[in-house]
Amino acid sequence: MKIELNGTPRQITAGNVADALVELGWADARVATALNGDFLPTAARAGQPLQDGDRLEVLAPMQGG
Amino acid sequence: MRDFYGVMLDSPLMLGTAQYPSPSVMQQAFAASGASVATVSLRRESGQGQAFGQMVRDLGIHILPNTAGCHNAREAITTAQMAREVFETNWIKLEVIGHADTLQPDPFGLLDAAETLSADGFDVFPYTTEDQVLAQRLIDAGCRVLMPWGAPIGSGMGLNNRYGLRTLRAAFPDIPMVIDAGLGLPSHAADALEMGFDAVLLNSAVTQAGDPVAMARAFGLAVQAGTLATQADPMGVRDMGAPSTPLIGKAWL
Repeated sequence: MKIELNGTPRQITAGNVADALVELGWADARVATALNGDFLPTAARAGQPLQDGDRLEVLAPMQGG
Repeated sequence: MRDFYGVMLDSPLMLGTAQYPSPSVMQQAFAASGASVATVSLRRESGQGQAFGQMVRDLGIHILPNTAGCHNAREAITTAQMAREVFETNWIKLEVIGHADTLQPDPFGLLDAAETLSADGFDVFPYTTEDQVLAQRLIDAGCRVLMPWGAPIGSGMGLNNRYGLRTLRAAFPDIPMVIDAGLGLPSHAADALEMGFDAVLLNSAVTQAGDPVAMARAFGLAVQAGTLATQADPMGVRDMGAPSTPLIGKAWL
């Protein structure tokens, strides 16, 4: 299916968000996720199915003031 | 030093992690400043985030995530929730920007987000103005720390509205307050502490200096001076001169 990952179209095969992070190489990364604009806690990722057209945001630490 | 949501800080200096010419300079600047808090943000993972996150944790000081760049309460709330998970802290520097040029906070969005986040267990550090009414509303919403601006973010102007800041400080003597944004010189930081503010938060003043590490050290010394001066009970100001040298014994010439 095709989702929008951090603003860019991306083809993935995973059926839920936890599997998608593994597929994307972020299995052990310290990241936070939001699906279609709503925060998705780590514990809820495996139970969250992905659908065509979903917008997935994967955020990580960055410099800030 | 005041209690920031149960934490007594070693130094009243909070320093940002953005805009350094290199990671090494950032590390040296933090060491030179003696800062007790590092501010950080969250952005889309692009391959750099993990290493940077580790570098910040290795500073060994408190981490204060921000919601920089958020322009409404919903964005800020979601960002705060994500930051809590990544940085494993309830602390959040709540920024809801209301104007693109001045970068002043949107007081309505700020209050909305502060209410929601406080109710959700966050320790909210709201980036606000010197407005007393808004300050009271933020306290009513659950904020136990306020972060009034000195001047627009990145402007380096210092304490723009001394009257407003002085009255804000006097109105809420028991609330820890951090001057956040607009500082350009160490003297601004010392000034803020001498006015009774509990800490300062800055970033550009250090990173835009020609020698960021030296400037970081200068700010570290300034906050020490400001703290000591405040504890030393400064003299009062008077309109007329008063001779300091005794007149008794002066020769009749």
